[in-house]
Formats: sequence, structure tokens, C-alpha cells
Amino acid sequence: MSDEKPFVHPYIPNSVPEVKARMLREIGVSSVDELYADIPERLRFKGRMNLPEPLAAEGALKRHVEAVLSKNRSAAECLCFLGGGCWPHHVPAVCDEINRRSEFLTAYAGEPYEDHGRFQALFEYESLMAELLDMDVVNVPTFDWCQAASTSVRMAGRITKRHEVLVAGTTGPDRLMTMKNYCRGVMTVTTVAHDPETGRMDLDDLAAKFTDRTAAVYFENPSYLGFLETEGRRIAELAHSRGGLSVVGADPSSLGVLEPPSRYGADIVCGDIQPLGIHMNYGGGQAGFIATRDEEKFVMEYPSRLFGIARTSVPGEYGFGDVAYDRTSFGVREKGKEFVGTATALWGITAGVYLALMGPQGMADLGQVILQRSQYAMKGIAGLPGVKAPRFRGGHFKEFVVDFSGTGKTVAVVNRALLERGIFGGRDLSIDFPALAGCALYCVTEIHTVGDIDRLVLSLAEVLR
Amino acid sequence: MRVRAFHQAKWDEEVIFELNTPGERGLLVPPAEKAVSDAVGDGISAVPEALRRKTPPALPEISQMRVLKHYLRLSQENLGADLNVDIGQGTCTVKYSPKINDVLAASPKAAELHPLQDESTVQGALEIIHGLDLFLREVSGLDRFSFQPASGSAAILAMVSIIQAWHESRGEGGTRDEIITTIFSHPSDAAAAAVKGYKVITIHQTEDGLPDLAALNKAVSGRTAGVLITNPEDTGIFNPKIDEITAIVRRAGGLCGYDQANANGILGVTRAREAGFDMCFFNLHKTFGTPHGCGGPACGALGVSERLAEFLPVPVVDRAADGRYVLLYDLAHTIGKIRSFHGVFPAVLKAYAWVMSLGERGLREVANVAVLNNNYILSKVKKIRGASAPFAPGRHRIEQVRYSWEKLHADTGVSTEDVALRMADFGFHLWSSHHPFVVPEPFTIEPTESYSKAEIDEYLAALARIAEEAYADPAKVKGAPYNSVVHRIDPGWFDDPALWAITWRAYLKKHGHEKIR
Repeated sequence: MSDEKPFVHPYIPNSVPEVKARMLREIGVSSVDELYADIPERLRFKGRMNLPEPLAAEGALKRHVEAVLSKNRSAAECLCFLGGGCWPHHVPAVCDEINRRSEFLTAYAGEPYEDHGRFQALFEYESLMAELLDMDVVNVPTFDWCQAASTSVRMAGRITKRHEVLVAGTTGPDRLMTMKNYCRGVMTVTTVAHDPETGRMDLDDLAAKFTDRTAAVYFENPSYLGFLETEGRRIAELAHSRGGLSVVGADPSSLGVLEPPSRYGADIVCGDIQPLGIHMNYGGGQAGFIATRDEEKFVMEYPSRLFGIARTSVPGEYGFGDVAYDRTSFGVREKGKEFVGTATALWGITAGVYLALMGPQGMADLGQVILQRSQYAMKGIAGLPGVKAPRFRGGHFKEFVVDFSGTGKTVAVVNRALLERGIFGGRDLSIDFPALAGCALYCVTEIHTVGDIDRLVLSLAEVLR
Repeated sequence: MRVRAFHQAKWDEEVIFELNTPGERGLLVPPAEKAVSDAVGDGISAVPEALRRKTPPALPEISQMRVLKHYLRLSQENLGADLNVDIGQGTCTVKYSPKINDVLAASPKAAELHPLQDESTVQGALEIIHGLDLFLREVSGLDRFSFQPASGSAAILAMVSIIQAWHESRGEGGTRDEIITTIFSHPSDAAAAAVKGYKVITIHQTEDGLPDLAALNKAVSGRTAGVLITNPEDTGIFNPKIDEITAIVRRAGGLCGYDQANANGILGVTRAREAGFDMCFFNLHKTFGTPHGCGGPACGALGVSERLAEFLPVPVVDRAADGRYVLLYDLAHTIGKIRSFHGVFPAVLKAYAWVMSLGERGLREVANVAVLNNNYILSKVKKIRGASAPFAPGRHRIEQVRYSWEKLHADTGVSTEDVALRMADFGFHLWSSHHPFVVPEPFTIEPTESYSKAEIDEYLAALARIAEEAYADPAKVKGAPYNSVVHRIDPGWFDDPALWAITWRAYLKKHGHEKIR
């Protein structure tokens, strides 16, 4: 290495040879190699990592990465009607302004003493979500809805000391797969049948399957397929009557107009906060919430950080810190509840900013306009020959299933033709729901104008002609 | 060396609910056009009565600038790595996250991608994911990476899931029910194994600070499913017998998972393959320079050897013969999903750009300078009164050291926590360490490659100054912080169910009659 020219990179201040030499002298060694003395020869990597020539100049790096990214066609360039767990919504400028601040973006696991702001912002996030959900406890967010749902059912398992969970057959496929993997070896996951006309849970099947080994029933409202589950209270009553819990996944963007699940008997509520001011980021904007009542038996089963408010030595001063830290794996390793670590704190702060901006009226307006625009889209699409929309009878929120099976064209063919017209058609459900072959899941939010929806309907008419 | 006359911003800011002024608006939503409302009405009538929200959520009503100001003030009451010399949260690898990478990730070409878009529209994103996969294969010697796990802990869970699925595929799922880890490996190595129902066996260290091989030999059996181990562990001591550990576990029929969340000191120096591992993971928010975000979003990049590639979570990105990038869902033994979609794409993009900026030589230089900085600090901390570096006397360390204030505490009564709180007065953060405190009064320093010698010297000067204060005037240290946002927090509400308040509404219910303010 010694005959190479010095490599001084802007990210590595002490790569300056003179500085390096001074530091080596202080340590009392003559080269950095000596510091690796503990790594035996047989474990040394003798080769050279085959990496591209570096683009150490920032301008060159920018050119390169932008050239690669330019091969993408983003939802901002097209009309996007994809949802299914990640949704196109308006992201307020203030949300981006706050989550791009160095102070938040580059902080990590500091104490309340130099990171008071992080603790307060996340306590406020918990508190704002609690109002939306009408529940008293909300966690510092986890990875996504998949993880939130998985942890919710595991919490239910520990609370009831039971090892089976029943899950609506219409649950989002990613969530079902994640739950199954997360429960494997500890809890069994069984799906409950649904009414083929309404999509709602088949209560007879639920009653038949809910035994004294069942910890909880999990369903989503609005469902993954967009329809509303109207029997939430009866589902909860059945679960409770057999000593189990009701766990409900919910879309927070619906809760300005829809009853929060806590009001129809849910014991644990979970979902994703990506709709609350976070860009889609190719699926990188997801973050999961879990909410419960403020009862010890629930609180002590959370694996997540829970930030609480406190007094300090100065009267009138707010302090914040970890509630019941000793339940976490940070406190007691494998004796803790599941595990805790880095998750999605920055998105939690962002969702707090969003809810503070929106207020009660903003959330009500958002929910209403999503209802209106999605109903308008359903109506327009339903007018196309051979097309059924929505596939399921009853109320919907934001998403709905369009059945193309009567048109003689597959969803793949329809979507390819839409793409040629600059439109991302709905998710092809043939892949995850064989019973819904020929169907697609469409998503309409507040960002879709009447012109956008009319363009979709006209394009579909052309494509299906 | 001068210690900074620091004072953190103190806004004495309200909790957001106290900013409520009924009628104010922070953001408006575009109403439905007339054509829409003419066609469908108010929208809400289509919702069954029982499901309509009866009372609006009690969110505060605040104008836009006041919301902005509130959160900007809170941000000023936070010390990110961009302001701090953030070397005091050892094991966390808090280094520089280049601004250009944030700019690139904020591009609509990345930020406005939907994860279910047609493959033809995301060729750039898939190229970047595949590109980083190729880079990390070089760094680890392993054969394929998945970026779906959204943190190191999630990557550990994925490794445990693969261990489980592997043994099940060989008809040994029922019998292999134990996972081995070490006390200086991250708590999640133990906790994620327990999540999947494994009995966890924890190997403790011997006097040299390394895991006890005799205990490991005794622990392995036909019940061993695998081992999860960090190296260097939190002590920063490289374990030269790491390949013996993997050989012992492999002979017993177990799989070996390398916790390389933090590989900052060994990039290009030593790899998972040569050490005999089947799997490893790197935290992109640690070693590969992506921002920590107050604790995520993040990525634990999971690498496996060829024989485990069929067990990875789906989809994986591949390059077809014609050069197109494709998503593969059809893996024979896939564990399914660890997270939705493709993981945290912005982290993958930023890590890709970080490697592209540094290249082969740069990555080696990162490791070399991180190790240089660490051993420089070791040589200085040992001279601070009351501080020590337990284990392996006279030996060099890799990227971090677990130190102890045991003597300081015995001499003066000043604890690690006291020192940490006093550090806040100088604009620094000092963390204790992961539990359990095997090293008494622990603190762990990990300088990475990002901070200059002058910055490191300033941090050391603050530590030395506080140690001096502890001996001269311990009450001064125990009264800290003085220049921070807050003063000593009364922990009395945190562990009592009758008093804890995790939300504002719970606070009002429980403490409304004697509110803080």
C-alpha cells in the first residue's frame, strides 16, 4: 500500500498522511496494519474487492446515479392507480421540511438530555395517533403494517396465553406472509372464509374455528380489497365471548370519516402510517403503528419503545423518557418481548407533523374526498361493457376491485395497454387471490382529479374495445 | 484542549396540543369537483351508518407556520450527527451520511415510485438494488443479498427464519430447537431467536474478553440449529478463533449467521466467507453511511451462501440474460416475507451511492481510519483518571472499545449516567452500553472514519474535564446537565401503570389535576 498515492477522501478527514502519522505515533505503532495484529493470516482477505472505479467527485457521482434513476418512470410522470399497501397521497411540504432537517435525519439513539426534541416529537406522534384511533397507547412506530400486524397477534398470544390466530382470508398478501413467517414455530395462523359477494368475514366459519385455543381474530377495515367490514362489532363480541381478542388493521387516512376500530370492540389496532405525509419511496415509506387501551396487561406486551411524559427537577418543565423499558429486549435480551431496535422513527415524526397540519377538519375532508373520488371512479369504470366495479357489494374506502373477467382480456393485457397511455393500472389480483383471476385492485385518493379519473375511464374504454 | 462553551437551544416549547386554536387550519384538501359531487353526492352516504365517525378526532387546530415553527424548535432541541461529534454511541456507527445521497433519494425518480409498478418502469431502481447486491457480495464473499429486512434486528429475524426453514426442509425442524449466541453480541441476536420459539444459549466471555470455546463445545449438540455471533463483539476485540466457532457449529449440523451490523473496521480486511459463515448482514445505516433518522427507516442487508439462496425472502432482484432486471418470486424454500415490498429503497440507493463514491480503495481506507481513530482514542482514554478498558490489555482493538468508569465510580460516586448527562453540557452524547452491564459502569466509544483528529481531541477533552470534575467536585457532575434543553428527569412515572402517560390524553386523565405546566 505504501507506494500508492495518498487517498484523501472528503468523507475521511484523517486520511491526510501527516495526521495519520501523528496519530500512529501517539498510539505507538508504525502502521495501521499493526492495529490488525489480532486478525490471523488465514482469515485475511487476500484479494481485491471487485468494485467499480470510485466517483469521488460529487458532481460525477450525481451524474452517474441520476443517469441510472432516469431509467425509472415514476408515479409523478404517470397516473398511478396502484395501492395495495402503499398509496399515492399528497405529501405536505412541511412534512419534507421537517424530516430532512439534519437534527432529526442524522440523530440516532440519543438520551432525552441532548435529544429532547426527538422524544417530544415521538411522544406527540403517539398522542396524535391516539386521538385519531381513540385509544390511549400508541407505540413508537415499527417497520410497517406487516410487522405491526405480526406483533399485534403475538401480543394477543401472550396476553391470552393461546397459540392460534384466525385471520380474515382477504388480508393483504404481504401481511399474511409476514405473519405466517413471524408466527412459525410458536403460533398457527388460520384463515377465515369470506362471503364471495360482499367480501365480509363469514361469521359461521369464524364461530366454527374460534376455539379455546384461539388468541385472536385479525381483520382489516377497510380491507385489503377495499370493501368495508360492517360486522366488526359482532366479530369482536364473538372473540370476547370465547376469551380471545379482536385485532383490527386500519388505514389512518380513513379515520376522519370512519369509526376507529376501538369503537366496535377492537382490543389492538394496527396499520401503516405511510399515507400520513410520507412519499411512497418504492415501498420504503412504510411504518407500522400499534395501539391499545392503557391497561398494564397490554402495555407490558409491547416490544416497541413507548415514550412517556415526565416531570423534571425544574417545576413546569416537560421531560420525556422510556416507559417500562425493562420489558424490551434492550433491557433483558431474549427474556424481553420479541425484539426492539432501529425501526421507522423518522416516519413517526413525519406522521405527527401531518396530523398536526391536518387537524380534525383536514382529516374529515381527506376521508370525504377519497370516498367521493373513489366512488366516482367506480361508477365510471362500472359503465364499461363487461366490467364489474366494484367486484364486492357494499361500501368501500379508497380501493376497490375491478373485475375484467367478462371482457375477454386479462389484467396483464389491460395494464400493458394502460401503461402505453401513461397509466399505472391496478394490481393484478390473479397472483395472490386465485378466486379473483381477471380482477385488479384500483386505488383512488385525494390526488386524483376528475380529469385523471375520466382519463382512466376513457383509456380503459379504448383498451377494452 | 479547549472545551466548548456550549448551550443547547431551549425553547421551552409547548406540547403540540397546547397550541390548539379552534378554527385554525394547517393544510387544505382539494374538494371534489362539481362533476364528482353531482355524480356521487357527499361520498359519506355510501358508508353504512354504524361505520361513520360520530365524533371528530380531538386533534389540535393550528395554522401552518405555527406547526412548522413547533417542529423546527423541537429539531433545534435535538443533536444529530451533523452537529454532534457523535462517537459516544458505540456499536451504532454514527458516521457522516453524505448530503448528496439525500438529494438523490429525494428525486421524484426515486421518491415517487410505487413498489408494485411494472418492472419495465423501475429498471433504474432494480439496477441499483442489484448493483448494491454485487458490491456486498464482494465485501462479504457470500453469494446473494436481500434488502428486505428493514433493520439489523429484522435481518437477524430473517437469519433465524432461514435457519428454521433449512432444518425443516431437511426433516430436522422438530429436533433442532436451540440457537447459540454470545453475551457481547447484540441483544437482538438472542431476542429474535426467541421470537421464533428457539431456546437461546448464551456463551459468556473468558478473561480475555472472547467467547468461551469450552462452553461452546459443551453447548452444541443435535439440538443446535445455529449460531448468531458478532465479531468484533462490543468490546472491539477481534475474535481470532471465529472460524473455530463456525467449524464447531457446522460439525454439529448448525448454520452460522454473522452479525456484521457493524463491519466498519474490517471492510476488505476479513470477510464472512473466509470465517466459515453461511449468512451475514450489514446495517446500511451503520457501515454504509445511510442516515439513522432518529432510529430508522433503515436496512439490514442480508447475505447468504449459494445453498441458502432459495430460502431468501421474496422477491429477489436478478438480471436476466437479455440484461433486463427482473423480480423473482419463485424460490423453492422462501421464508416468505420479512417486510412488505422491497425493503427501504432510499437506504439501498444511499448505500449504493456511498460505495460508488469510495470504491475499493475508499472502503479499505474507511476501515483503516476507523481503526486508527479507535486505537488513538483507546490510547488517550486509558490516561483519563478513573477510566479503563477492560480485557485484552496491551492489545489493539478494531472499531470500538467498551470502556469502564468503575474506578471513577468507586472513587467519587459518579456513574456512567452522571458523566453522560454532563457530556450534554458540552454538546456531546455519551451512551452507556447494551445490557447486561458485564463491564461495570460501561461506556462504548466508536469513532468511525468521519471525525477529524481535532474533533476527537475535543471529545476526549470533555471526557477528561468531567473526570477531573468528578474528583474535585462530584456534586457538580451529579447535578448535570446545566446547558441542555432539560434538567434531570424524574423517572417516577415510567414504570408505574397508574402514573405512566404514553400519550397526551393519558397524561390528562392521570395527571390533569396536577399538570406539569
